[in-house]
Amino acid sequence: MDIFLNCLYAFITGGILCVIAQILIDKTKLTPARILVLYVCAGVVLTAVGLYDYIVEFAGGGATVPLTGFGYAIAKGVEKAVAEKGLLGALTGGITATSGGITAAICFGYIASLIFSAKRKD
Amino acid sequence: MQKGIIKPKRTPTLISTYSVVGKKEHDGPLGELFDEYCEDDKFGKDSWEKAESEMQLRAMKGAMSKAKISDDGVDILLAGDLLNQCVGSNYGLEKFDISYLGLYGACSTCAEGLGIAACFYGGEIFDTCGVVTSSHYCASERQFRFPIEYGGQRAPTAQWTVTGSGAFIVGAGGKIKIPEVLFGKTKDMGITDINNMGAAMAPAAIDTIERYFKESTHSPEDFDLIITGDLGFEGSEILKDLLLKDGIDIRKNHVDCGLMIFERKKQDTHAGGSGCGCSASVLSADIIKNLEDKTLSDVLFIGTGALMSPMTLFQGGSIPSVAHLVRLSSK
Amino acid sequence: MNKKEYCEYVEKRAKKSPIVKNCACAFVIGGLICVIGELLRELYMSAGMEKTDASTLVSVTLVFITAVLTGIGIFDNIAKVAGAGTLVPITGFANAVASPAIDTKSEGYILGVGAKIFTIAGPVILYGTLSGAIYGVIYYICTLIWW
Repeated sequence: MDIFLNCLYAFITGGILCVIAQILIDKTKLTPARILVLYVCAGVVLTAVGLYDYIVEFAGGGATVPLTGFGYAIAKGVEKAVAEKGLLGALTGGITATSGGITAAICFGYIASLIFSAKRKD
Repeated sequence: MQKGIIKPKRTPTLISTYSVVGKKEHDGPLGELFDEYCEDDKFGKDSWEKAESEMQLRAMKGAMSKAKISDDGVDILLAGDLLNQCVGSNYGLEKFDISYLGLYGACSTCAEGLGIAACFYGGEIFDTCGVVTSSHYCASERQFRFPIEYGGQRAPTAQWTVTGSGAFIVGAGGKIKIPEVLFGKTKDMGITDINNMGAAMAPAAIDTIERYFKESTHSPEDFDLIITGDLGFEGSEILKDLLLKDGIDIRKNHVDCGLMIFERKKQDTHAGGSGCGCSASVLSADIIKNLEDKTLSDVLFIGTGALMSPMTLFQGGSIPSVAHLVRLSSK
Repeated sequence: MNKKEYCEYVEKRAKKSPIVKNCACAFVIGGLICVIGELLRELYMSAGMEKTDASTLVSVTLVFITAVLTGIGIFDNIAKVAGAGTLVPITGFANAVASPAIDTKSEGYILGVGAKIFTIAGPVILYGTLSGAIYGVIYYICTLIWW
């Protein structure tokens, strides 16, 4: 039952984050690239003011899977590193915390380029 | 010196034409009319750019063999495409032992090339000119928009670049005459949206068409068709609406190559086709054949081109456009 | 008609995106991707992983799935329907890395793939890292004041 509720909260929260972006794309002239930048920065800011922790607590994957979660991970990493190493942590914390996702994207992207070729589109 | 409408003293004719397209275009309403198509859009090459060059090569060879002439029989090649530095044409046509001029007019290149060929012939500079233009969806998508496998949504006003090429031999002895040419002026009405190029190009088409009817004694009813290439749905509607406001009614006989080549809804091409290969292949496969068998006798062909680059767009620049008019007549 | 009038005229008549349908699709597909993420997270945590590590492994898994779907040419078909539904989750980031990589292999693995792999995702990494660093400095100053 717990899992079901967690999934429901993840579904609703994740869905709402996507809908906000969709409205921004359709109603303003914001390009997808700008939306992604906006979301990452929003994630950092929301974490900094202490809001995003609650969203993650509530929605789990619904908050960490969207790109705002990427910003959340960066901000959390920075907090932890600053607490441990002082000012140097401001430089090391962000990428350390997101290194898994970024390195995975680089590795799998590269491997995909070795294996696959682009196909004609219909 | 001729200003405005050019009426070549020696009237040029279209001797032959040949079209090559991709799979999606072959699946469209004009499918069977194209001379050649390729199942995977690669034309046996390992990159989209090389595939586009191959299309031009095949189209030009096809047109020359239909006209039964070899390299010595063609005095000059006029060619263009959408790729940076016109590489589609540069690499495709180096196999010919013929003088070559590369053109860039975006989607208007086909009309531009036919117009220049008509002037060369009319001015008795060259006797036989080859005109060939092409575009390739995958090659231009990579250059102007996103990687091919990138996932995104297209705006309803966006156009779909046609994979295709059309070649024409202009000279003496053909059935279809080119009695008049009117080169367009660059127009920029401040449109910055790459997803609405029809709206960016419509003002250029309006200007050229208005100048033509003002200077000539003709009215739109004198022509079987007024063909634009390629304003798509959005641009065509703007064109008809604004021309009507200025007292020129082309609603009955206007068609657009971008709307002819795809079934918009079924093939999910939003506002229709575009690209140098769109008007060239539609003209070659459909219009010219109808002129030859006299289904059509007199048409105006207006090629419209949006002349931006990704760099100018990123800098916030608007999209200048141009429209060239070529009259084709089998009377 | 001057430029301003023309742009307004064009804007007014331009066919609009079907926003309700787009939002519904984005909600359902985006939500489902998050549910998959949540299920994976629960799975990894039940296998004894720590919360943050589990989240990271979820990202890695979704990135892998996206790279495969991009490679076999399916991802863009899903994204055409999903819109922001695939863009906003980490799948959008992964596709933004994998698609230029596949696309530019024709220019070689150094100047093609190597140079162009971040053409779309680069801004996300830049501004994410930058805003993180700025936050780190602010956070550091705050710790000095309060402790």
